[in-house]
Amino acid sequence: MTREQVTIDGNEAAAYVAHKTNEVIAIYPITPSSPMGEHADAWSAQGKPNIWGTIPNVVEMQAEGGAAGAVHGALQAGALTTTFTASQGLLLMIPNMYKIAGELTSTVFHIAARSVAAQALSIFGDHSDVMAARATGWGMLFSNSVQEVMDFALIAQASTLEARVPFLHAFDGFRTSHEVMKVEKLLDEDIRAMIDDDLVRAHRARGLTPDAPVIRGTAQNPDVFFQARETVNPYYMATPAIVQQAMDKFAGLTGRQYNLFDYVGAPDAERVIVLMGSGAETVEETVNYLVAQGEKVGVVKVRLYRPFAVERFLAALPATVKVVATLDRTKEPGGAGEPLYQDVVTAISEGIANGDAPFETAPRVIGGRYGLSSKEFNPAMVKGLFDEMTKDRPKNHFTVGIIDDVTHTSIDYDPAFNIEPSDVVRAMFWGLGSDGTVGANKNSIKIIGEETPNFAQGYFVYDSKKAGARTISHLRFGPRPIRSTYLIEKASFVAVHQFGFLERYNVLDAAEEGATFLLNSPYSKDEVWDKLPREVQRQIVDKKLNFYVINAYDVAKETGMGVRINTIMQTCFFAISGVLPREEAIAQIKKAIKKTYGKRGEAVVQKNYAAVDASIANMYQVEVPGQVTSTIEMPPVVPASAPEFVQKVTAPIIAGHGDALPVSAMPIDGTYPTGTTQWEKRNIALEIPVWDENVCIQCGKCVMVCPHAVIRSKVYDGSALENAPATFKSTDARWKELPGQKYTLQVAPEDCTGCQLCVEVCPAKNKSQVGRKAINMEPQIPIREQEAANWDFFLSLPEVPRTNGVKFSNVKNVQLLQPLFEFSGACAGCGETPYLKLLSQLFGDRAVIANATGCSSIYGGNLPTTPWAQNNQGRGPAWSNSLFEDNAEFGLGMRLTVDKQNQYARELVARLKDTIGAELAEALLTTDQSDEAGIEAQRSSVETLKAKLQSQNSPEARDLLSLADKLVKKSVWIVGGDGWAYDIGYGGLDHVLASGRNINVLVLDTEVYSNTGGQASKATPLGAVAKFAAGGKPTAKKDLGMIAMSYGNIYVAEIAMGANDGQVVKAFREAESYNGPSLIIAYSHCIAHGINMAKGLEQQKLAVESGYWPLYRFDPRLKDEGKNPLQLDSRDPKVPLKDYMYKENRYKMLVKSNPEVASQLLTQAQKVVSDRWAKYKQLAGKEK
Amino acid sequence: MDLTTRYLGLTLKNPIVPSASPMSETIDGICKMEDAGASAIVLYSLFEEQINAESHELDHYLSYGIESFAEALNYFPEAETYAVGPDKYLNLINRAKQVTDIPIIGSLNGVSSGGWIDYATKIEQAGADALELNIYYIPTDVNLPGTEVEQMYVDVVRDVKNSVSIPVAVKVSPYFSSTAHMAKKLVEAGASGLVLFNRFYQPDFDLEKLEVAPRLALSSVNTPNALRLPLRWIAILYGQLDVDFALTSGIHTYQDVLKGLMAGANVTMMASELLHFGTGRITEILADLQAWMEEHEYESVKQMQGSMSQKHVAEPAAFERANYMKVLHSWRPDPTTVN
Repeated sequence: MTREQVTIDGNEAAAYVAHKTNEVIAIYPITPSSPMGEHADAWSAQGKPNIWGTIPNVVEMQAEGGAAGAVHGALQAGALTTTFTASQGLLLMIPNMYKIAGELTSTVFHIAARSVAAQALSIFGDHSDVMAARATGWGMLFSNSVQEVMDFALIAQASTLEARVPFLHAFDGFRTSHEVMKVEKLLDEDIRAMIDDDLVRAHRARGLTPDAPVIRGTAQNPDVFFQARETVNPYYMATPAIVQQAMDKFAGLTGRQYNLFDYVGAPDAERVIVLMGSGAETVEETVNYLVAQGEKVGVVKVRLYRPFAVERFLAALPATVKVVATLDRTKEPGGAGEPLYQDVVTAISEGIANGDAPFETAPRVIGGRYGLSSKEFNPAMVKGLFDEMTKDRPKNHFTVGIIDDVTHTSIDYDPAFNIEPSDVVRAMFWGLGSDGTVGANKNSIKIIGEETPNFAQGYFVYDSKKAGARTISHLRFGPRPIRSTYLIEKASFVAVHQFGFLERYNVLDAAEEGATFLLNSPYSKDEVWDKLPREVQRQIVDKKLNFYVINAYDVAKETGMGVRINTIMQTCFFAISGVLPREEAIAQIKKAIKKTYGKRGEAVVQKNYAAVDASIANMYQVEVPGQVTSTIEMPPVVPASAPEFVQKVTAPIIAGHGDALPVSAMPIDGTYPTGTTQWEKRNIALEIPVWDENVCIQCGKCVMVCPHAVIRSKVYDGSALENAPATFKSTDARWKELPGQKYTLQVAPEDCTGCQLCVEVCPAKNKSQVGRKAINMEPQIPIREQEAANWDFFLSLPEVPRTNGVKFSNVKNVQLLQPLFEFSGACAGCGETPYLKLLSQLFGDRAVIANATGCSSIYGGNLPTTPWAQNNQGRGPAWSNSLFEDNAEFGLGMRLTVDKQNQYARELVARLKDTIGAELAEALLTTDQSDEAGIEAQRSSVETLKAKLQSQNSPEARDLLSLADKLVKKSVWIVGGDGWAYDIGYGGLDHVLASGRNINVLVLDTEVYSNTGGQASKATPLGAVAKFAAGGKPTAKKDLGMIAMSYGNIYVAEIAMGANDGQVVKAFREAESYNGPSLIIAYSHCIAHGINMAKGLEQQKLAVESGYWPLYRFDPRLKDEGKNPLQLDSRDPKVPLKDYMYKENRYKMLVKSNPEVASQLLTQAQKVVSDRWAKYKQLAGKEK
Repeated sequence: MDLTTRYLGLTLKNPIVPSASPMSETIDGICKMEDAGASAIVLYSLFEEQINAESHELDHYLSYGIESFAEALNYFPEAETYAVGPDKYLNLINRAKQVTDIPIIGSLNGVSSGGWIDYATKIEQAGADALELNIYYIPTDVNLPGTEVEQMYVDVVRDVKNSVSIPVAVKVSPYFSSTAHMAKKLVEAGASGLVLFNRFYQPDFDLEKLEVAPRLALSSVNTPNALRLPLRWIAILYGQLDVDFALTSGIHTYQDVLKGLMAGANVTMMASELLHFGTGRITEILADLQAWMEEHEYESVKQMQGSMSQKHVAEPAAFERANYMKVLHSWRPDPTTVN
C-alpha cells in the first residue's frame, strides 16, 4: 500500500487523525494547540467526513472548562468526542477529566504541551501542563516527532476504545506542534483497521438514553465511595498490554514498531537517559553518535507514561546499566524530585524488591530538569549529562541548559560539541514577518519533502513583538529521517533577508566554514562590501563564505510583489544551494506557487511567476576581498544612560543572548521595572510623520490616535528653547489658558512603526497643496539622527503640569498629558493601544491595572521590554496579568485591597489625630479628590503626614506610614479583549459588574481572539468570517452593553475613537468618576479584520455611520437628576451596512468563498443593526 | 408595424437594448428588462483590472501580518475555493441564456493582451451571442503619442476578433483626433459594430474635504447634449463604413430613439433612464415609438435607419464645422431689436 508523503506540522498530524476518528469536537483557542481546532473546524466546514463518512460536528466553546464540559456531555451521550488544548486550558479541564476517567469513558485529548504560567506566562513548550493532569486517571501517551504524533493519535484512539481509560496524547508545544516535517500520511484504511467498530458501538451503547435509562454521576458517601473508586483497577492494569497490542497491530500495518518504552543504544550500556517528548529525539541522535564512538550509553524513550508499566520499563533497561538519568521537562518545586524521576526511582526500587529487574544491584538514579518553556536542548547538553554520569557522585536534581549560579543545580557542557552530519543541508533564514520569509520556507520544505527523496524539517522562531517582527527559519534537508529537535548550530547556508539585521544581530554566528551567505542588499555586488559592519566582514573572510547578493526589494517592486520578497529569496536559495537542479527547482517553485496561490486568482500566480523569473538574473556572487576593511561597528544595544537592570538583563535579551543570562540575573518573583520600551530603539519604520508647524491647528488628534505614543506635544515657555537643536520646531501655542507659550509636536523617530494613523486623522490640509497635511510621511533614515536629537530635547522640556488651569476634558487638552504607555510591541496601527494610552494619560499616575491574557497582556507585558511607564515623579500604572478567565475577579481583588487599605489608613489618621495634628488629619480625611487639584492637594498632605510619621515609632504610626499613599485616590482598571469579556471571563465580569464596587472595565473589542490568530468570539459580528466560523458567523454579536445596562447601576459606554474622539474622552472621565462599576466597550480595529490598518479609523467611522456601532453613554447618575440615563452620541444610520462591511476582508472573503450565504447574512445583519438602533433610540427616549 | 432591426448579425425584435449597467448583475434584473421589451441585453462589463485587483486584494489580506507572531501565524481560515476570476460573470451569461429568449451580449474591459483574448474566449464559451469590447484608456503620459494609443485599440480588436467567432462590437470614446478614421481602422481590425460613445467617471472636487471625488455624471432628459455627440458621429459615419452602429448615452425618450435610428444607428442603448425610472420605461418608450411611427405612417424601423445621416440629409454640411459657426450665429441678438 502506498502512502502519501506529506510535509505537515504536529498540530495538523494530530488533527488529521482526530477529525477522522471522532463525531463531536469541542474546541477553544489556546496557543500552541489552536491550529488543531482550526483545522478541524475548517475541514468540517469544507464537508470533509470522518472514516464513517459523516462530518464531525465541531463546536467552539466559551472556555476550555466549557469545552471539557461539552466533551463530557457528548461522551455521556455516546458520541466519539475529542478536544485539543494546552497549558492553562488543560488545567481548566482537570475537574471534568477526573469525572471522565472515573466513569471509564473512552476519549483522547490532544495536547500541545506548554508551560503553565508561574512567575510569568509562557506560550512555549514543556510538560508542566500534562504533568499537572497526571493524577486524573488518564492514560498518557507522549509523541516525540511529527510522525509519531500522527501514529500515536491513532494508537491512543484505538487503545482508549478497548481500555475504556481516557487518554491524553501529548507532544511538545512548538517544537513538535509547529515543526514542519516530512511524514507518511496514514490512509483511511489504516485508521479503519485500527479502530474496532464493535468497540465504537459498545461506547455508543454506554451512552445515556431515555430508551434504556440509567443514572450516572451520583453522590456517594463514606460508606461506599472508596470501594467504588477501586473498581477501575482492572482496567488500568489491562491498559499497558492493550496499548502495546495496538502498537503491534499498527506496526503490522505501517512497519513502524513502537513499544511502551523504547530503548536505543549500546546493548551493554552503562549510562542510560530516560525521558519523553521531542528531547528524546535529540538524545537518540546523540546516543547513536556516541555509540558509534564506542561509548556505552543508551536512552529509554517513555511512550506510555500513564499507566506506568513498571515491569515493561525495567525490561527496557539493559542489565549492564550503572547510572540512570531521568530528564523531566517540568518543575515541581518542593518535591522529592520531578514526576518521571519519582516514577523511575519507584520502578527500580520495586523491581529490585520483587526481583523483576534485569540487574541485581540498583543503578544510581539521578534526575534533572531541561527545556522549560522550549529552552534549547541539544546534543552538547546530552553529552554534558552523559559526562556527568561518569562521575563518582553525579549531580542529582540537576538542571541542564542554563547557568544556575544561585543553587548550582546546572551541569556543565561544552557548547562546541556538535554532531550534525555534513550530508544534511542546514539552512537559516533571517527575515521579517512582513516579507513572507517563513511562508516561502514552508513552501521550500514541501517542495523538497514531497518532490524529492530527501527528508525535510522546518522550525521557525518568532519575535515577541507584533510590529516589525523578526523571524528565523531553521531548515534541514537530508537523506535520513531527521531527529535534530534543536536549532541549527552549524549552518551550511545563511540567508539574511533584511540588510538592517547586520547591525543588530550576529547573523553569521552559526555559519560554518565554507557556508553560503545570501544577502538581500540595497547595494550592488561592487558596493556592498564597504557597507558591511566589521564583524560581518570578519566572519565572511575567516569562514571563507560564498557570498551572494540580490536587491530583492527592487525585484519585488518591479514584479508587483510589493514588500514580499519571499518568492525571490526562495528562488535564490534553490539556485545556489544545489538542493535541486536549478531548472527543476524553478519548475517546482512554480508548481508550488500555483498550488498555494492558484485559488486566489491567476493574477496572483502570474505576479509570483514574474518574481521567480526575475530573481536569478538579479543575483550576483560577491568577490570577497582577502581582508577586513570596514570601520562600521555594531552599535550598543541600549544607550549608556539606561539603568543598570536594563544594561545587565534587558539588553542581552534584546540582543538575542537571553539564553546566557544566569539564574542570579533574573528577578525571583516575576517583578520587573516598568517603562523599559524606551530603551529598545527598534527603527522599524521606513517612513515617519514629520510636522508642519505652519499648517498645524494643534487639535491633538494625531497625539490621541498614535498607537505607540510616538507623537507627543508640549506647551512650554519660550525660554526653554535656548539650547534647542537647530532643526527643533516650535510655534505659538493656541491655548487661551496658556498665553504667550510655545507649542511643539514631536515624533520619536526610532520608536515609530510608520502606521500612518496620525496622517489619516489629521484634519489640517495645506492650502497650497491639499495632498499635504500638518503631518506628512517622509523617509526615516535621512532624518533619523536629527529627529532623535530633537526627540531627546523634547523629552527634556518640562511636562505640562496637571494643575495648570487647563481642563483635561477634550482631545485638544488631553494631548498635553504625558502618556504612561509607550512604544509597545503591538501591531503597527493597532486599534486597541490608543485607548490604553489615553487611560494612562488621564489616570496613569494613580492607576492599578488588571489585564486579561490576550494581545494587551502580550504587548503590555512580554519581555524583553514593557510599555507601561512612569512620570518624572516615579508614578505610573501598576500592572499585572493573572489569567485569561479571571481578570474581572483579579481586578476586583485589587479594588477590595485599595478600599480596605484606604479605610484602615483613614481610621489610623483619625486615631492619630492628636499626633499628626487635627488640621492635617482633617485635610487628609475631607479633601475632595474629584479633580487634579484635589488629588495634588491630597498628595501634598500625604507628604506632610509621612514627614511627621518618620519620627514616630508606635505600631499604629508605622502602619500609617506604610499605608499613607493609600489615602490618595486610586483608579482601578480591568482591561481585556472580547475573548475575555464576552466569553471566557464573562461569568466573572458579570459578577464583578454586579458587585457595585468602584471598578472600571475597558473592553478592547476587536471582535475576535486577536492574539491567537482571529478565532470567533461572541463579539464576532454576524456574517464575518473568522477561525471557528469559517463559513461566516451565523449569529449576531452579543450586546454586552445592553446586558450591563439592565442592572441599572452600571455606567456603560460604547465608544469608537475614529468616529468621535471627544465622546471617548468624555466616556473615560465619566466612567472613572462614577463611584461604582463602569464598563467601556471600545471599538478596536484590528489586523484580524483584514483591513488596511492605516484606514482603521475610517472603518470605525463607517461602523458608527452605518449604525453597526452606536455610540452611547449610560450614566446612572442622570437618573438622580430625573433624566434618561441613556444618551445616544451617534446619529441615525446614514450609510448602508454593506458599505462598512465590504471594506473589510473578514466580510468580503465570504462573498468570494460563498456568495449566496454572504448575501443572506448581509440581509440578516442589516436587519439586526436596524432593529438594534431602533431599540436604542427608544430606550434613549428619542423615539416613541 | 415592423420594429425589427439587425445588429451584429442578430435580428432583434426592436431597437431598444439596455447597455451595460448594474441592472444586469442579476438574473432577476435581466429578466425584468426582457419582460419590459428589451430586444437584447448588454451585460455589465467584466473588468480584467477589477478581477486582478480583487485577486491581489484577497491575496494581500490573506497574507497580511501572517507568519510574524508565534501565537497568530495567520488570521483567516483558508476556504477551499474563492470566486475570484471571471466565473461569476460567465455563470451569469450561462444562466441568462437559459432563462431568456433574447440575445445576450457580453461586455469586456481588459488590461492585458492575454486578458482580452482569454476572457473574450471564455465569454464566447459561456454562450454569449456577441461581445462588446469596452475599451478605454486615459493617456496622461505627455510622451505618449496619439498614434500609439490608437494602435492599442486596433490591436485589441484584432486580437480578440482572431480568437472568437461571435460578432464583436467596440465601444469607444469620442476622444480621437480623427474619429472617422479611427472608426474605419476599428472596422478594418474586425469590429462588426461600433458603440458610440463611452462615458467616463469625471473627477469632481469636494470643497469641504478638499478631495477629488470621482463621479459618473449620469445623463438625463435635462442633458440633451449627451445625445448630440453620438448622433452627429453616427450620422457622419453611416454609409461610409460597413459596420453596425449602436447609439449609447443620452437616450431617454422615444424621440431620442427615433433620432438615433434616423442618424443611422441599428440599435439605441439606454441605462441611466432605466436606473432612474425602472425597466418599465422600455415598455413606455416602445409604445410611444410605435405610436409616433403610426402617426407619421412609418412602416418599419429599417425604413428610417440612416434617413437623416449626413449622406441623406439635405444639408450635409450641417454636421461639419460650419455647423458650429451657424449655432454661434443663431445666438446673436436680433439687430432689429430695440433695447
